[in-house]
Formats: sequence, structure tokens, C-alpha cells
Amino acid sequence: MARTVTARRKAINTAIAWTIGLLIFFPILWTILTSFKTEAEAIASPPSFLFFDWTLENYAVVQERSNYMRFLWNSVIIAVGSTILGIIIAVPAAWSMAFVPSKRTKDILLWMLSTKMLPAVGVLYPIYLIFIRMGILDSRAGLVVVLMLINLPIIVWMLYTYFKEIPGEILEAARMDGATLKSEILYVLTPMAIPGIASTVLLNIILAWNEAFWTLNLTAANAAPLTAFIASYSSPEGLFYAKLSAASTMAIAPILILGWFSQKQLVRGLTFGAVK
Amino acid sequence: MSLRNALRAATAVVTLTATGAIAETITIATVNNGDMIRMQGLTDDFTAKTGHEVEWVTLEENVLRQRVTTDITTNGGQFDIMTIGMYETPIWGANGWLVPLDDLSDNYDVDDILPAMAGGLSYDGTLYAAPFYGESSMIMYRTDLMEQAGMEMPEAPTWEFIGEAARAMTDRDNEIYGICLRGKAGWGENMAFLTAMSNAFGARFVDENWVPQYDSPEWNETLTFYLDLMNDAGPPGASNNGFNENLSLFQQGKCGMWIDATVAASFVTNPDDSTVADSVGFALAPNTGLGKNSNWLWAWALAIPAGTEKQDAAKAFIEWATSKDYIELVAENEGWANVPPGARQSLYENDNYKDVPFAQMTLESILSADPNNPTVEPVPYIGVQFAAIPEWAGLAGQVGQEMSAALAGQQTAEEALEKAQAIATEELEAAGY
Repeated sequence: MARTVTARRKAINTAIAWTIGLLIFFPILWTILTSFKTEAEAIASPPSFLFFDWTLENYAVVQERSNYMRFLWNSVIIAVGSTILGIIIAVPAAWSMAFVPSKRTKDILLWMLSTKMLPAVGVLYPIYLIFIRMGILDSRAGLVVVLMLINLPIIVWMLYTYFKEIPGEILEAARMDGATLKSEILYVLTPMAIPGIASTVLLNIILAWNEAFWTLNLTAANAAPLTAFIASYSSPEGLFYAKLSAASTMAIAPILILGWFSQKQLVRGLTFGAVK
Repeated sequence: MSLRNALRAATAVVTLTATGAIAETITIATVNNGDMIRMQGLTDDFTAKTGHEVEWVTLEENVLRQRVTTDITTNGGQFDIMTIGMYETPIWGANGWLVPLDDLSDNYDVDDILPAMAGGLSYDGTLYAAPFYGESSMIMYRTDLMEQAGMEMPEAPTWEFIGEAARAMTDRDNEIYGICLRGKAGWGENMAFLTAMSNAFGARFVDENWVPQYDSPEWNETLTFYLDLMNDAGPPGASNNGFNENLSLFQQGKCGMWIDATVAASFVTNPDDSTVADSVGFALAPNTGLGKNSNWLWAWALAIPAGTEKQDAAKAFIEWATSKDYIELVAENEGWANVPPGARQSLYENDNYKDVPFAQMTLESILSADPNNPTVEPVPYIGVQFAAIPEWAGLAGQVGQEMSAALAGQQTAEEALEKAQAIATEELEAAGY
């Protein structure tokens, strides 16, 4: 008897989880479906769910009109570049906060997070002027730096929570064996924190990939990533939903695939701390 | 490098030196409208003629506005040509942010540009942007539903007639609504429509001394008429409808009439997208007998920011894209119905274009809008459906929210106008008017 209750409860839980999952996934599914409709069908009311004339026309138009590979390549460089640079800076920072905290460590952590509370547009003009002065407007290098700075607080916070879990005694033992600070961080701490670093990297690549304020405002023709590619398919005068959906699907496809293959790390990264 | 290639390169260098031109790559910021997309497809013709290459940056309209404003105010030099409208041009021209277009070549024939367009894109008599395509607004209506209602659309109807016809055409059971009008908040959405509509009712945004007039009886009459009409004959949820939403409703056969941009005519008569393509008629935007129609005037124009280092190449592009030859080029490749409308007088004298069903009404609509004299009583600003002052976008954005809320039934016309008056007074006083 007890068993059936468990099975039923399990079934209910599974059903609830699937419902929530599908609800969250629905907008993406709808975008993908719309990308296979004609413009007229995309706005038809009532909308058709699966029974319409499937067409690849929108993808053909988008392929013809835009250089997708150039936008994709820019996105890859900006997302991966800013994350790697962020990790290089954040690992030593998180190490010092986790293992040799000072009186002010907690304040510094909070202060770092507070930079995320300022609306980005508030610093658009200063940053734009700095970029002009440095000659890095519309360059991938400039965007790598800006996105790294934006995501740095999150990277430090995530790494800090991982490092806190690692017993300080192990590092002490390494030090007693004569490890220098560099080898302590590189050969002892980092290997132990690989799962944590991996999920931090993944989450930050996704955040940088989706960033759509700075990537739109600091680029023109050369460094524009996939966010600009999507923005170019909205129209003030004319129907565009199907083509916009095709462009969006092409823009999110690489990150969806990456997310699919790395969901274990991602889930671990996002639920970390909840099990403590 | 083979000998042949070397010779080819040498010839190219000699040709370029001889013509005194250096091939450059110019960057153009633009929006994703059909006419602009066609222009992008035809850029090879420009490159073949001048040797200059073109990079396109296509952005969503509001993103574009923010992006080019940031660049031009900081002298960022990211764009050599910007696609801007009638609202920005006189303001930016006055600020010295744009290169004056006063030395265009003779065969460009600058006098051929429709006077209403040239007027709206000039400051102090100097042209600062060349119109790529121009538009006004007009009535698009279903000839079959009009006939069923036993009515006949005059060429220049009054609002009273439109009200009567809209109510007669409405058949809510079959999801047919007599009239579809903009209700979505925004200075370029419902406020463009309502400001143009108020001109016909004798209302104005401010008086000669910049005192806001939203508390005038004329504005009350405008808004009350609009709300009553939309409540009786408009589609449900109209406070969320802008250009594209109404376009979609009209194409699906759910609107008896739609008053909006003349450029929509080519969409609603295109049988590929529109289920009612065969039964669309056109008429001038309505009036109330006071001498002004409810139509607006807008142009998507090409301008050169003062910060560019490639002025000559940019000017060459503008001369190419807004020339008579370009119109011929589009007609040859895409047909006369797809040429950019509303910019040049000569287009409307062309016999080939006269066959396009909406050509004449578009021209009449454009000619009946006067940005320098938009209202029944005099006003101190330029612009038909907007006032070309920097504060307008912010002010009208807020007022548009109040108008939209009134349409959604959240407040009365009186409450909306009272708030609008307070917003306008505060904004204009703060700006020192």
C-alpha cells in the first residue's frame, strides 16, 4: 500500500515538474514553431499550433540577408573571452576572500554586488566617451572587457561560495609541503574546485551571450554579436514575426545545445548552497 | 600575384586616381522596413558606380534612435549615414550635428523633392536630410463592407461620416469591427494619430506662447469622439494596438476601416499577405470642416553626422539612394508598386506609376499636410503629428500613456486630459519655454 502511494506521489511530482518545465519552455517552443510559419500565419488569430504549412522560407531569407557566421563568431569570442578573463581575475579574488578573509571581506562582497544594482543606461555616456577616447568602439576587445566587468561580481560570488566549501586544512597541508601561493591556487585549489568553476563558466557564457544592452550600444558593423542580429529583424512598418523568430531561433540554438549538454553542471551550479 | 592580377590592380589604381576618388567603406544605420531592405539588396549598383563599399547596421526603430543619438551627441563617428525621421532632423540640424546637404550635384535635381518633405527636413531653409521615402496617413477601407452598409465613401470624408460608417459596418458576432485605430502608447504610436486627429478638430498642443492646450474644449472633443468611436466600433484590446497589430487585423478582414500610414497600402493590397487585397479603397484622412485633415507627415531620410570622416562617399551614397535613377532601378527589379514613395514630385508624373492604385491618394495626402502650418489656429512649432522640440518624445510618451489608459477604460477623457495638461505644463516649464 505504501508503495502505491509513493508511486502515485512520484507520478504527481513528475507531472507537476513537466508542467512547470513546459510552461517555462513554451515561449521558446512558440518562437521555434513561428519560425516555420509564413508571415500571414504567424499573426493569424486564432493561431495554429502544429497544423500549418511548414516552410523554411524565413531561414532562407535570413541567411540571404545577414552574415550569420560573422555575428555568431563575434558572440562566441565576446562570451567566451569575457568569461575566461573574468575567471582569471576572480579566482585569486575569491581565494583571498574565502581563505584569508579580513574584517571588510563581507562589505567588499556586498559592495561588488551593488554595482549590479545601477541601471546600465546610467553609465552609457561615460563608457561611450571612454571607448571613443581609447578607440575601442565597435571592437570585440572592448566588449570583452565591459562584459567581464559586468559579470565579475557574479563570478566572484559563485567562486567564493564554492571555495568556502573546500576545507582550509587541505591548503594548509599543501603550504606545509612547501607549495608557493601560485602552486597552491593552481595545483591544489583549482582542481578541487573544477566542478564549481565549470558551472560558473557555463552560467557566465550564457549571461554574456544574452547580454543585449552593451552589445547593442557599443557596436556597429564590426563587433556586433547575435543580439544585434536579432534586433535587425524587428520592423516598425511591416510584418516581421516569422523572420524575427527564425533569427531568434538561429541565435539561441548554439547556447541551447551547450546548455543541454551541460545541464548537470548548470543545475549543480545554480542549486549550490541549497543543500548546505 | 600573377601578371594579369598586377595589371588589373594597377588599372584600378589609375582609374581611381584619375577620377580623384578613393574607394571607401561607409557604415549606414537603418531600420528594417521593406524599402530599406530593397535598398540593401541593390547596393551593388552603387558600388559598381562609385567604387565605395557599404556596411549596413540594421536595428529596431527605438534601439536605432537611442544608438544614433548616443553616437551623434558624443561625436562617436560610428556611422557615416544615419536613417532618421522628420522629428530629429530639424533639431539635430539646429544643433550643428548634421552635415548640411546644400551642395548636391545639379543632376540630382533637389527641387524635385516634394516641398512638404523638403520643408520638414530643413532647418532655417537648409536641407539636412534627404527623404528616402515619405508618408502621410489616409483611410484604407473595405469596399465590400461599405457597400453592405449601404454607404459610399466620399474622397474627403468628415469624422461624422466615419463615425456613422464604422458603427454601421461593425458586426461583433463575426469579429468585424468598423474601425481600427492606434491605441498603443508612444509618441510615434497613439500620440502621432491623436495629435494629427486633434488638428482636424481645431485643437493644438500649445498656443503661440507655449502654453499647453490639453485642457481646451477642442481637445476634449477630439478625445471624447475617439473614445466613443473605439468603444462602439473598435476591436477589443485596442489600447495595445499599434501599426503592426492593426495591419494584421486589417489583413485578416477584421477591420472595416483603418486610418494609418500610406505605406500600409502596399501591404493590404498584396494578395500574398492580405485576405482582403481585392476589396480595399482609399480616401483622405477625415476632417471636421475646419480646413485641416487628420493626416500626418513623415519621412524616413538619410543624413550625414557631422563627426564622419567620409563625407564625400556618404554624400555620393545619399545622391544615389534618393535619386530619380534609383527609383527606376527599383522599378526595373521589383516593379513600380515597390518603389520608395512620397519623396519626389517626378514619380507622380510618371505614367507607369499612375497605374498603382494607391499612388494618387498617397500624393494628395502628403500634399494636404503642412508641417509649418499644421493646425487651425497658429502654433510656434514645426511638425504635424509631433512638435519638433527635444522635449516632445518624453512628454508625448507620458501623455500617450494617459490616452491609452483612457481607451482601456481605466479613466475618463477628462481625467486623461487633466493629467496630460499637468505633464505638458511641468515638462515645458522645466525646459524653460
